[in-house]
Parts: sequence; structure tokens; C-alpha cells
Amino acid sequence: MTAPTGTHRTDASAPPSAGAPTPEAASSTTATDPAISAAALALGDDALVLSHRLGEWAGHAPVLEEEVALANIALDLLGQARILLSQVGDEDELAYLREERAFRNLQLVEQPGGDFAHTIARQLYFSTYQALLYAELARTEGPFTALAAKAVKEVDYHRDHAEQWTLRLGDGTVESHTRMQRAVDALWRYTGEMFQPIDGITATHGINWTALQELWDTSIGETLRGATLTVPETPRSDGWTAGGGRQGLHTEPFGRMLAEMQHLHRSHPGATW
Amino acid sequence: MVTTPVESRLEEHLKELAGSVPDPELPMITLAELGVVRGVHITGPGSVEVELTPTYTGCPAVETMTADIETVLHEHGMPEVSVRRVLTPAWSTDDITDEGRRKLAASGIAPPRPGATHGPVPLTLAVRCPHCGSTDTELLSRFSSTACKALRRCVACREPFDHFKEL
Repeated sequence: MTAPTGTHRTDASAPPSAGAPTPEAASSTTATDPAISAAALALGDDALVLSHRLGEWAGHAPVLEEEVALANIALDLLGQARILLSQVGDEDELAYLREERAFRNLQLVEQPGGDFAHTIARQLYFSTYQALLYAELARTEGPFTALAAKAVKEVDYHRDHAEQWTLRLGDGTVESHTRMQRAVDALWRYTGEMFQPIDGITATHGINWTALQELWDTSIGETLRGATLTVPETPRSDGWTAGGGRQGLHTEPFGRMLAEMQHLHRSHPGATW
Repeated sequence: MVTTPVESRLEEHLKELAGSVPDPELPMITLAELGVVRGVHITGPGSVEVELTPTYTGCPAVETMTADIETVLHEHGMPEVSVRRVLTPAWSTDDITDEGRRKLAASGIAPPRPGATHGPVPLTLAVRCPHCGSTDTELLSRFSSTACKALRRCVACREPFDHFKEL
């Protein structure tokens, strides 16, 4: 199903290629430092791809309130993605005309929704990461301070949503507990990648990625234990784990997702409504 | 740019006009009452720049707000209007004016509680039902009809209602 691209580690911070608009082609209002552009692309792609994955629940969520919640979270992420991608170049070209290998998102966010437990586990892992990272970006002075200060307040709601559902599903029925544990285990191997340093923000905001991972481990451990779930002990960095999204290596489901996301724009260039 | 007294009076007038535009999703309140019009600057003869801040980064109403501001300022004789989106300082529900809060409540939307600085921190102040005034209300969902609202229900009168959640 979700065959990870494996342990490849190639040219870590190379800018996107493969027919994509490069940061150098950006207009005068965009970031000019290539490392900062690459960082904006990484954070922007995380938000864009997860936004699309959450949007796939429209019409399928278990209850109406959840449908509305997931759509609202997707909308927040899309707003963040638009601001970040606009710092790199034309947001529409970047979203709709790049090939798979030019995307710099984490492999975690491109994983299919699966059952509702998988979607919640993906939300829990990512929103905790995003909330911790953006809080640091907002606290320190650098190119992402303004956006992070704005977005972190939204992301706190996303994190709260995921934590509440993890508690309800984990400490719910036998069936919900089994499914939530399965989801937490299945996505664990994608979590190590989150703490690969993004050069453009390490340099400008002084992010300590080891400290970030410790905060994440503590928070996730507390939530999972509170939900009567077991914290996975399988590897999530080095060895046979996922990773490579930040270098443009993606898992099989991502290509199919992009095909759907980009189809309209590519088939009908310039279409409006 | 040095502003002459005439220009600053004009800026004030144009800011009032821009601020009088109703919010597209909450038409009972104006953009000034929502606290999203940050500034209006004359940038040349017949040319004005409006600073607008979004409530949520993904708020789809921003484009409609922009178009509505342009329309109203064009109608009042400004041929060149540019609306610039500003993020700093980040908008907070504390930017909603008292009059805005009153109008929200009058329309059945519980206004945000004051002093909320950061996310879903549990606050001790209860959310009051906009229908019967009871403070005995419960959360149904943190997300409701728009990004900025949560869905609650009044335990006393059993009516569900929207709550403009703190941000």
C-alpha cells in the first residue's frame, strides 16, 4: 500500500527542478535567499498537501460536525500554504504545475486518509510538530515570524482537535482502541523525518531540532498514554524508515494524489469560475 | 511621506468608508467593528492604499472584503485603490469592538470572550447563550459554519448556537 521511498538521502537542500518554477524565477516581492525560499517551500508544501488530504473527507466524514471541522482545518492550512508559496513564486504554478519530485513536503502529510483513526493519527503527529515549530518561529525574529505568529493560534486548535479525538478513540470502545493503535503504529515510521533540520530556518531562527523532537516526544507520549495507547517503539529515523520528502522523494500514493489535485488546472489552463 | 492636514483628514474619511463595509460572512458587523482595517494611506493624487489583516490566514472572505473596499472607495472618487494584506500584528478577537460584540450577540452569535491571547486555552468565563442568556452552555464542536466560529448548545433552552471563538 504505502511503500515508502526508503532510506535514500540525496542532495539535501537542492531547490526543486523537474520543470518547476525555481525560486530564482520568483518576482521581486519574494524571498531572494535560496535557503529561505527552500524553507518556505518545505513548510508551504506540508500545509498544501495536508490541506488537500483533509479536503478528501468532504462528503465522507463520520458526522457532519467532523466534516466541517476537517474542512476548516484544511482551509487554515491552505491559507498558510498560499502565503508561504507566494514567498517562493507564483502560488498557482507551484501548486499545480510542479512534478512530484519538486515537492518538499514530509512523507507523513501525503499519506492517504485511511480510516478516521489514520486521519486523526496523522493530524496528531503533524499538528503537534507544527504547533511546536511555529511557536518557536513566532518567538524568534526571522523571515517566518509574522506568518508563524498568526498561524500558531490556528494550529493550536488543530492540535487540540487531534488530541481530543485521540483520547476518545483510544479510550473508547475495543474497536476504536484497536483502530487507533493500528493507525498510531502505522504512521510512526514517518515521524522521524520531521526533525531533519530545514537549513533556511535553522540559520535564521536558530531552531534547535533536537530540543523540538524532545518536546514532541513528551507531548505525544502524554497524549497516547492518556488515551490508553502504547507509544510505538519501532525505529523512526535511520534504519528502515521513511524519509526523503524534504529531498523530493515521495511515496507511491503521492503521485495519485497530485494527479487528482492538478488535473483540472493542467487540463483547462487558465480556467476560472 | 509627509502628510498634510488635508490629506490626513481625507485618510480619516476614507478609513471610515472602508471600515463601513459589512463583513461578507457576518453582515451584521462592519470591517471596522471586526477590527481588520489597519490603516489607510494616500500614496499619490487619487491613489490610496488600504491595509487589511485577515482574521484567519485561510479566510475566504478576504477577497470579497478587498473587492468591496475597492468598490466603495472608487464610488467616492478614488480612482486607484490598492488593498494590501498585512499579518503583523496578528489579528485577535480582542480587536472586535464593543459595538461589534453587541451586534454579534443580538444576531444570535455568542461574542468571543475578552483576553484570549492564545488558542484553545480553557477560560474560566462561561459562554453565555445568545438566546436565553444562560451561562450553562456546552461545546458541540470547536469548528462551525466558518473558521472563526465554534458550535455550542445551551443546556437551559436547548438551542444550538454559534460562538465566535477566541483567537
